[in-house]
Amino acid sequence: MSDPSRKPPHLLWRWCAIGAAVALLAVAFAYVGGWLTPHRLTPQRIVDALQSGGVHPGFRRNHAKGVCVAGYFEGNGAASPYSKSIVFAAGRTPVVGRFALPGGNPYAPDGSVPIRSFALRFALANGQQWRTGMNSMPVFPVSTPEAFYEQLQASQPDPATGKPDPARIKAFFAAHPEAGAFLAWVKTAKPSASYATESYSALDAFYFIDAKGERHAVRWQVVPDAKDAAPGPAGDTDYLASDLRTRLAAGPQRWHLMVTLAAPGDPTNDATKVWPNDRTTIDAGTLVIESEQPQESGACRDINYDPTVLPDGIEVSDDPLLAARSAAYASSYLRRTSEEAKLPGAARADTSKQEQP
Amino acid sequence: MNAPQAFHPLARLLHWTMALLILAMLFVGVGMVTTVSEKHQWLLALHRPLGAAIFVLALIRIGVRLRFKPPALPADMPALMQFVAHASHWVLYGLMLAMPLIGWAMLSAGGYPIMLGHAWHLPPIAPANGVLFAWLREAHGYLAYLFFLTILGHMGAALFHALIRRDEVFPSMTVGFPHQDAPAEPSRNIAPDESGRAAEATPPSA
Ligand code: HEM
Ligand code: HEM
Repeated sequence: MSDPSRKPPHLLWRWCAIGAAVALLAVAFAYVGGWLTPHRLTPQRIVDALQSGGVHPGFRRNHAKGVCVAGYFEGNGAASPYSKSIVFAAGRTPVVGRFALPGGNPYAPDGSVPIRSFALRFALANGQQWRTGMNSMPVFPVSTPEAFYEQLQASQPDPATGKPDPARIKAFFAAHPEAGAFLAWVKTAKPSASYATESYSALDAFYFIDAKGERHAVRWQVVPDAKDAAPGPAGDTDYLASDLRTRLAAGPQRWHLMVTLAAPGDPTNDATKVWPNDRTTIDAGTLVIESEQPQESGACRDINYDPTVLPDGIEVSDDPLLAARSAAYASSYLRRTSEEAKLPGAARADTSKQEQP
Repeated sequence: MNAPQAFHPLARLLHWTMALLILAMLFVGVGMVTTVSEKHQWLLALHRPLGAAIFVLALIRIGVRLRFKPPALPADMPALMQFVAHASHWVLYGLMLAMPLIGWAMLSAGGYPIMLGHAWHLPPIAPANGVLFAWLREAHGYLAYLFFLTILGHMGAALFHALIRRDEVFPSMTVGFPHQDAPAEPSRNIAPDESGRAAEATPPSA
């Protein structure tokens, strides 16, 4: 060992080596964190695009208008041969849910879109959870997060008119033929007068894992008992919440959880495609909704209905929307809870910058 | 009793294992929150159990640190440098414990199940509360940056000892000086071959 007081040879090179090692690690970190690749599609950019119509502090960045509900799921054992999750065994699991309208505007008129959504959190007796977000439509318009982002950009309000530019939207759909099934459905869809008369579908595929460890590709939807579907009344913009209140005052509302099993070859990675009608469908149990609460104070407010929060016995498929949803919902959740907490810089309004952190 | 000349082999093993794990964790963390690809899913699934493992290792490490006295810094180091060295070590120990606890508490506050595998999960350690979640989640992010900056400084300082000062500090955590609990006779020999125990320590990769 040399005497530390003696000047080492090649001192400058030694300093350079130290600087280079530190800089290399810092640059690698910055790269992984996306600071060097501003064009990478990040959850923050998706959520920025979702809130480009204006920030409504504390509200969800999508499906902003909604209402909390609570009840339980009564499993009947019929899905147990396919999934080992205890949620499907005969018995009750408490549920906190949320009905909503798609879109970032918490004051949107109920008749402005023909789609309603239903999100559920099952709190299993073993401490695990199952969260799902479902929409009242048969297919999703796009199959990838990139296309979803393009669609959001194409429907941004034009600064000149304050409205989306129809030409851009047309160009988007021309470039995305996979949206055909959705467009065909939406042409005839009518905004319903009630949340309680709609079927809601998870759209993305998942895997059920049975007790032997075998995987079964599935999709699920909830199908209502209430069948008096009618178009919403004209004039009133908030009829869904009052309809729900009236119905629940009269008694619980019920849905059946219908699980469809894929046949070999059915796509699990493409939410724009329906599976053929003849696939085996299991009635896995009854969802019973007993009460509703305003979303400002109800239990659903601080729940992130991340569709990848799953119990043992259900797993995500290779559908690329699922990871993107998980990441974007977390970003939206952080923004809205930060706004509740009044943390500085919480809204992060409409910037294409990275969220810090 | 004099301080030993080098870190206990167990301390060295823990040091280099945790160095790799913590750096991996920081990269996994910033990577997973900025991607919408499937990587987001498996990185997140890795992040939670790895963080829990770091917490357990940090507890063991602090036990080892208290049981086996570490070598003193070279006496000729300026007082300010000594202070910064000690302070940064406490920051590192603090963050090793705090980061996993904050991660665990923030998922509790967010009402999430804290899954470490498909079926295995930890109980919540904080009440479900959105405001608390936001504070903890922001703290988890900012402290992660502080952690990374402290590690960069730590690494720069270690290399400064190794390449510029060329004192005993770097070998004391790598392959130098067989550990002695008893006062050692002053030895300047850093050859790694004379003790089986020294060979247990992982050599530095850089
Ligand atoms: C890449 C595609 C998608 C993105 C980026 C996206 C984004 C979002 C975001 C940011 C939220 C707000 C989350 C919160 O703050 O808690 C949300 C809510 C929701 N999304 Fe998506 N979404 C996507 C696809 C889908 C699909 C395929 C469905 C399927 C059915 C869906 C159903 C829902 C529902 C039901 C909600 C409302 C949840 C609630 O009531 O809290 N989304 N979405
Ligand atoms: C030494 C331990 C840990 C380190 C160094 C670490 C580091 C990080 C980093 C760098 C991020 C990204 C922060 C950002 O850019 O905003 C992050 C996020 C996260 N961490 Fe950790 N973490 C640790 C332990 C844990 C533990 C034990 C858990 C849970 C049990 C956890 C849960 C999370 C979650 C859920 C996120 C992302 C949340 C979101 O998507 O918004 N972390 N962590």
